[in-house]
Amino acid sequence: MALYKLQINGRSYEADVEPDTPLLWVLRDNLGLVGTKYGCGIAQCGACTVHVNGNPMRSCAYPVSAAANAKITTIEGLESNGKLHAVQEAWDEVDVAQCGYCQAGQIMTATAFLSKNPNPTEEEIETAMNGNICRCGTYHRIREAVALAATKLK
Amino acid sequence: MTDISTTSRRNFMKLAATAGGGLVLAFSWTNTLASAVMEVLDDTNLASGKIDFNSYLSISPDDVITIFSPNPELGQNIKTSFPMIVAEELDADWTKVKVVQAPLDTNKFERQVTGGSGAVPHSWERLRKAGATARQMLLEAAAKRWKVSADTLTTENGVVVHKASGRKLTYGELATEASKVPVPTDVKLKDTKDFKLIGKAIRNVDNYEMITGKPLYGLDVYRDGMLYAVIQRPKAFGMKLKSVDAAAAKAIPGVVDVVTFKNNVAVVGTSTWQVNKARKALKIDYEAEAPLESSSDHDRIFKELLSSKEATVRRKDGDVEAAFKKAAKVVTAEYQCPFLSHSPMEPMNFFADVRPDGVELIGPIQTPERARADVAKLLNIAPEKVTLELTRLGGGFGRRLYGDYVLEAAELSSIVKKPIKLVWTREDDMTGGTYRPAVRYRFEAALDAKGNMIGYKLRGAGINSGNPTREDNFPSGAVENLLIDSIEHQSPITTGAWRAPITNFLAFAEQAFLDEVAQAAKKDPVQFRLELLDKAKNAPVGAIKYDIDRMKGVINLAAEKAGWGKKEGVSQGFSVYFSHRSYVAQVADVVMKEGKPAVDRIHAAVDCGIVVNLSGAYQQVRGGVIDGLGHAIYSNLTFKDGAAEQSNFNNYRLIRMKEVPEVDVYFVNNGIDPTGLGEPALPPTGGAVANAIYKATGKRLRNQPFINQPELKTV
Ligand code: FES
Ligand code: FES
Repeated sequence: MALYKLQINGRSYEADVEPDTPLLWVLRDNLGLVGTKYGCGIAQCGACTVHVNGNPMRSCAYPVSAAANAKITTIEGLESNGKLHAVQEAWDEVDVAQCGYCQAGQIMTATAFLSKNPNPTEEEIETAMNGNICRCGTYHRIREAVALAATKLK
Repeated sequence: MTDISTTSRRNFMKLAATAGGGLVLAFSWTNTLASAVMEVLDDTNLASGKIDFNSYLSISPDDVITIFSPNPELGQNIKTSFPMIVAEELDADWTKVKVVQAPLDTNKFERQVTGGSGAVPHSWERLRKAGATARQMLLEAAAKRWKVSADTLTTENGVVVHKASGRKLTYGELATEASKVPVPTDVKLKDTKDFKLIGKAIRNVDNYEMITGKPLYGLDVYRDGMLYAVIQRPKAFGMKLKSVDAAAAKAIPGVVDVVTFKNNVAVVGTSTWQVNKARKALKIDYEAEAPLESSSDHDRIFKELLSSKEATVRRKDGDVEAAFKKAAKVVTAEYQCPFLSHSPMEPMNFFADVRPDGVELIGPIQTPERARADVAKLLNIAPEKVTLELTRLGGGFGRRLYGDYVLEAAELSSIVKKPIKLVWTREDDMTGGTYRPAVRYRFEAALDAKGNMIGYKLRGAGINSGNPTREDNFPSGAVENLLIDSIEHQSPITTGAWRAPITNFLAFAEQAFLDEVAQAAKKDPVQFRLELLDKAKNAPVGAIKYDIDRMKGVINLAAEKAGWGKKEGVSQGFSVYFSHRSYVAQVADVVMKEGKPAVDRIHAAVDCGIVVNLSGAYQQVRGGVIDGLGHAIYSNLTFKDGAAEQSNFNNYRLIRMKEVPEVDVYFVNNGIDPTGLGEPALPPTGGAVANAIYKATGKRLRNQPFINQPELKTV
């Protein structure tokens, strides 16, 4: 076991865990940040997506030892001062979620994508979101919500 | 307490004043609303917390209306739709409605089940009546206060209005007085044309929690002192546990115990990651106790079953052998589908705390009542000692109809005497069974010289499939001479219901085969189906268990909206299916892209009766179409020596965003009571797509997944 200091959503956390523990399980089991979801554990589905220094990262395949000096944002950190992020607003307005389980990961992928590409084409949205599986098949609404969020962010 | 009617103690509607004042109307989702028994409860009952109902609507003096939703929510939108129905008849202000998931309570609810697209059809009337009853009582309370007749009052958006004098009172202001009004036994329901909320697009009541990552799901359950558990089950179906060496696993930091029960070796510890690591360090020997089957065995078994004399006859009309003898043309084809995993995005999991004083269960399950009964039986205790709290389900697709993982969690907690959260990994989920059964069908059709279908034969053969036919579905009733039978191979590989059980593949096979028959008869596929339906209507053969007019309705709507037969540069395929209680017709548009057929658009015409929530319903159809399409094209679960060969999304393919066509949805507006929508949009998709691909390429796809078929590879 080793003690890791983590910067998550602008706050400092400590976790005493094995170095190979994926960030996903540290967030969930040790820090109580359960918005980040487990779907596959092998970087295939995107349910566990968080931001590491602003980049989308599959936290199920990202060891805590690598996260120690990074700035991490999880779904819980998107709201600021009680106001939803434009991407979250769009997700609500488009009423994207079915079971909802994949949506935190979808939103984290979308926010990172839009911060790099604020004027995406439909095809660019599809490419960016293609790594996130939605078993319920909410793909049309995800695409629509990302496009709507882009207009909100202008 | 005052019983107003005494027909049944189980069917009751309760009314009570809350401790802080206000109206609480508890209604049970029971079978026969007509016989609803109502009980008026006094304040003391509630104040002392003795009222153990959970399904009720309450109105607080500050106008907040709370509606409990009893059924498991797995994305079918029930937690939004049910309360909408209550709020409609109540004439409530939807923005002030708070929805709460009810725990399992068999005294208060009936059919706390998610499955079979049945929740809304089952509860439609009693939900409406619950809302209307409360509204009537509020009206009477206002009438008393103003000394006018209740007939002169109206309601709008949570307010009772006396038009003549312009007086108004909110529901909250009236709630306490209303709670003292005798419960009316016979309330008038709204005319459906006056609906204000039902039929609108209303956003999911859990949106905020879902998009901000609040704990909602079973995997999000955490408790002080809780331990995490994973289970190593036999790696192949047909294997049983022989011996376990857990020394190395127990040495891993964070591991509290390794315990063996049944064929399971469970690792219990203080974190999900550590117990999973320890699990890999287990040394386990297994031995075979049943045949270890491979997919190649199943291919051989299918051939045997299709020619077997042992099949069970499911339906027989006329003299099918004579019809085939005199046929001018016979069409024969076989269709096969693989096993499928349900793969809901949230893997199986459950929390269990087995204590001497009782058992607490929390988690995602489609059948909570059965799970509780099974746990009680397993632990040899009374079901009343077991509480079960429902979390939102991260998908289900039928997998969570089976409570095996609930039993595992309970048994494990009873052994280690600690609260535990059992977590299945994705690999456990995909290799652990309860699959959609693999099935093969043989269809035969006899045509006369004019192209009329005079004979029809269907043999369904499956691996643990039960009866893989739906013998009374279309075209049964429209063919003079018909024989439908089935035969099953019993296998150690476990199978179960998978969204739209049986019809998820049968519909594809049947609708693709009818396309082959229409072609042999030289008839337009839509016209061919309509003629058969006319035949079923005018000269029915045997029992007809589908609604001919509703089926024709969706056929005509889909054909019209899709521009059937009028489109240039697009190959269209048609399909229509009746499943559960609803009707869906689909047209697939296929275009050639870089020499390969690509599905460009799917038009879906749906008759599910009245649409409750347009947003939920629209997505339910699109999601069903995508589910049908994705699994028809990509997904495949195979076996080698009893073990699943696919274990995660790297080798088991699910459809992704780029592969999804546009999906247009059209609802038939016929005003009939809702008939369900969780499943019916899925079955027709595979057939429409295969038929369109045939038009585009001249190749018939008869086996799924399409992506593996040589016909598609050589295009
Ligand atoms: S859980 Fe990390 S990508 Fe699936
Ligand atoms: S909403 Fe259920 S998996 Fe995406």
